Amino acid sequence: MAAETRIDPMHQFQISPLLGNLDGSPFVFTTSALWMLVILALIWLFMMGGMKRALVPGRWQVAVEGVTGFVDSMLSTSVGPEGRRFLPWVFTIFMFILTANLLGLMPFALVGVHPFTVTSQFTITGVMAIMSFSIVLITGFWRHGFHFFSLFVPHGTPFALKLLIVPIEFISFMVRPFSLATRLFVAMIAGHILVEVFANFVVQGLNAGGLVGPGISLVAFIFIIGVMALEVLVCAIQAYVFALLTSLYINDAVNLH
Amino acid sequence: MDLASAKMIGAGLAAIGVGAAAIGVGNVFGSFLESAIRNPAAADGQQGRLFIGFAAAELLGLMAFVVAMMVMFM
Repeated sequence: MAAETRIDPMHQFQISPLLGNLDGSPFVFTTSALWMLVILALIWLFMMGGMKRALVPGRWQVAVEGVTGFVDSMLSTSVGPEGRRFLPWVFTIFMFILTANLLGLMPFALVGVHPFTVTSQFTITGVMAIMSFSIVLITGFWRHGFHFFSLFVPHGTPFALKLLIVPIEFISFMVRPFSLATRLFVAMIAGHILVEVFANFVVQGLNAGGLVGPGISLVAFIFIIGVMALEVLVCAIQAYVFALLTSLYINDAVNLH
Repeated sequence: MDLASAKMIGAGLAAIGVGAAAIGVGNVFGSFLESAIRNPAAADGQQGRLFIGFAAAELLGLMAFVVAMMVMFM
């Protein structure tokens, strides 16, 4: 019995079409698109509820002001006074990643809805990372022209060392969008696989019966509670890290060392 | 040894890197805490650097996970 039920932790990341089919037209309304719309609606509701400009703010307005103030202070400490011009983009990715990560953890399966973590797809995180990277490139070349390439040459390096350092700096610069995207989607996938595997242990332990089975289920269930708490932390940290690294890269482009 | 079992063993070996990254992440936070207790006034200003170090250390562990998944499923 227990040997037949094979754990398939990758099934939850599959995208299924809701309208149209996947091999036909390139414009298909998928589960991923549906969850992105849900995220958009949630962020819109959150922002609309708090943007009131009341002199004595209510709870909701304090929450919204807290989030915007947090991203704003992060940008101004890492970029400087000019960082506020990039606030729309950094705030957008921070809110999108945070909402998507937390929404993917919600136990909607209790009411029969299969939650889908949008940020567990490399296409989504890759597009966001490429957009951050192009903002860095455009800003750098716009403000400094070809002087932007001095980013690869640290000040006061001897010539012999420059031959070594410039290629290393160039590679570490070019690998940035890849590392930015990979960090987010792998962290999400790893957490969901961990939860899925241990949730399977609970079910299989109950199915096995006897004395040992339910005991193993109980241990796995307690473990899942701890892992879920850790996952909520990871969701917030990953959103913070993505926004923080984006603002650091923007700082490189604006201030050139 | 057939290919399927060799794949599993390879994925398991690749997962060792995740443990190594755990040492790195623990080192980042441990060192931060050690110095933050000595000078609590300066700790808040270094929070950004703390998370940069965390992100760099964590990325390598996640890369090990990616390698393990690629060995298993590709």
